[in-house]
Amino acid sequence: MFSILASKAKTSRANKTGSWRSLKKPKYLKTNCIGCKLCKLICPEGCIEGKEKNQYDTNLDYCKGCGLCVYICPKKDIEMVDEDK
Amino acid sequence: MPADREHFAENLFVSGHTACSGCGQSLAARLVMNVAGPNTMVANATGCLEVFSTKAPETAWGVPWIHSLFENASAVASGIEAALKHTGQIDKVRVIAQGGDGGTADIGLQALSGMLERGHDILYICYDNEAYMNTGIQRSGLTPFDAHTTTSPAGKQSTGNPTVKKPLVEICAAHHIPYAATASVGYPQDVQKKVKKALDIRGPKFLQIHVPCPLGWRSDPAATLEIAKLAVQTALYPIVEYEYGKLVKVMKIASLKPVVEYLKLQGRFKHLFKNEEELKKVGAVAEKNCEYYGLK
Repeated sequence: MFSILASKAKTSRANKTGSWRSLKKPKYLKTNCIGCKLCKLICPEGCIEGKEKNQYDTNLDYCKGCGLCVYICPKKDIEMVDEDK
Repeated sequence: MPADREHFAENLFVSGHTACSGCGQSLAARLVMNVAGPNTMVANATGCLEVFSTKAPETAWGVPWIHSLFENASAVASGIEAALKHTGQIDKVRVIAQGGDGGTADIGLQALSGMLERGHDILYICYDNEAYMNTGIQRSGLTPFDAHTTTSPAGKQSTGNPTVKKPLVEICAAHHIPYAATASVGYPQDVQKKVKKALDIRGPKFLQIHVPCPLGWRSDPAATLEIAKLAVQTALYPIVEYEYGKLVKVMKIASLKPVVEYLKLQGRFKHLFKNEEELKKVGAVAEKNCEYYGLK
């Protein structure tokens, strides 16, 4: 009965929320990236991975396709593309 | 360590939570947790944040986290702080209490006031999305003037919420606590700077973060950050800092934008565009903010 009252840390990653995306997904062009980490900082899902410039990318298992990374990127190095591309 | 595992190790509020696409609150929670670090304990009030981050039996949090009731996040955090003090661990562990605008400004106000009055070493964070979003967009004390909610619907007899926002940060600052401030997710670095500053201060602290809610505000998820920025630039959400009850810093607005730019992006203000008079009243709220806080 009590086992449900406490959960192990960070277990929510079992929910692959990427299936919520309906129309578009972000695509990292990886050409003009300056490694400012702003996309990684503001992603509401926290699903952007990478450490150096031109290496950042979205984990599409969790990305809900809100497009905030596209808005914040100062170099316009991310764009929203159709899901099947 | 595989890249996936490494990524989860460095975040303290991880992917897989069930917030809506473009949620400002989940963004703010990550900004806060990644500054606060692993030696933190969190007491959470009922609300969107509690519901979407802890879909039982899973949790998105990487720190000890407790939810009890709607009204008592401050009281639970006070107990945690007292226990840490008693066992001599208060220098190692920081305590954060957090809730939404309803859980802070309406339901949890007396517990918050008690916590500030007793001087507990806690940072209280209010994620202000301007209505009770979790239960279906009812108006709260922090809902802005003329916003449409399900309990203040716009129609023939009404133009939305009849009252202006409760001056919550001033209510907290009136307790003469070491630090009380507002911030906005439109300026993420500013949020992190303020959390860092607050956690370095001993004593009760209060931080109110403006977090757009695409569902409740009827806005585009991709516009979350733009809307948050416009709220600040139109003087409808003043960014201020209080220390020991005195206003010490405000974020000056370089070029004041007309309130229409902020309102037109949100469906909850749609009815105002048929009513010039009401638009002027919202403009007057912004002007009053400018004058009162000296934003220009």
